[in-house]
Amino acid sequence: MRAWPALISGVLFGLGLTLSGMSDPAKVLGFLNITGAWIPDLIFVMGGAVVVTFLITPLVTAREAPLLASTFSLPGKQLLDRRLVGGAVLFGIGWGLSGYCPGPALVSLLYGYESTVVFCLAMFAGMALEGPLSRLFAPS
Amino acid sequence: MNAYLLPLTGGVLLGLSAMWLLLSLGRIAGISGIAWGSLAGPERLWRTLFLVGLLLGGLLTHNVIGQPVPAESTAPLWLIVTSGLLVGLGTRMGGGCTSGHGVCGLGRRSPRSLVATLTFMTLGVITVLVMQSLMGDAV
Repeated sequence: MRAWPALISGVLFGLGLTLSGMSDPAKVLGFLNITGAWIPDLIFVMGGAVVVTFLITPLVTAREAPLLASTFSLPGKQLLDRRLVGGAVLFGIGWGLSGYCPGPALVSLLYGYESTVVFCLAMFAGMALEGPLSRLFAPS
Repeated sequence: MNAYLLPLTGGVLLGLSAMWLLLSLGRIAGISGIAWGSLAGPERLWRTLFLVGLLLGGLLTHNVIGQPVPAESTAPLWLIVTSGLLVGLGTRMGGGCTSGHGVCGLGRRSPRSLVATLTFMTLGVITVLVMQSLMGDAV
């Protein structure tokens, strides 16, 4: 599989996150703060993105194969399970505490702020802990 | 200029980024998965290039287009650490974040992604409400 197309995709993603204001945690918290001085920007960000993916995804996946790889690598799971919902609950709480989700946090490393560096280190630590923690609490 | 033109343009770019990755490499543009995979593998190269591109995109916005850099979060560091740990843990456990489940999954009409997106959005809103009442304007 070739790798260079991912660079283009990354540039577009970084442009999208920063132009839209998603890399500003105050704006994200302002969006989640529905009872306060609500900032609706994120509706337009998510709306714009999802309209594009909703319309184009079926056209792409109707193809036999991607342009530069042999197969599509799409998540195969269909069933809802506790890991999905539990993970989304933990992620939602974490997101609401700082206003950072993974994309905006990573692109904000550019700004050289202590808080974004600390956030990203903690995020990778959390990712590394997921395996051991899940095994610890898994019903045996 | 309309205040929502930039958020909308940014959103469309996020969608186009995801569609290019799907069309070219057949992959989902899920940032939590790409970030973890760039360290833990397999196939680190395309994931690393994506992240390099992500930073280049940010540079273009702030250094070429000239959009101002947002201010640093005012949250205390213990809160940032807690937040980062939960985001890392939760996105690995739930198999995605705002991009993988939100942008890509909703586009794929995935029921799992719809449930995940509604769940983390709701918890985000509740968390902000709780923190506002506990800490006031400090957060």
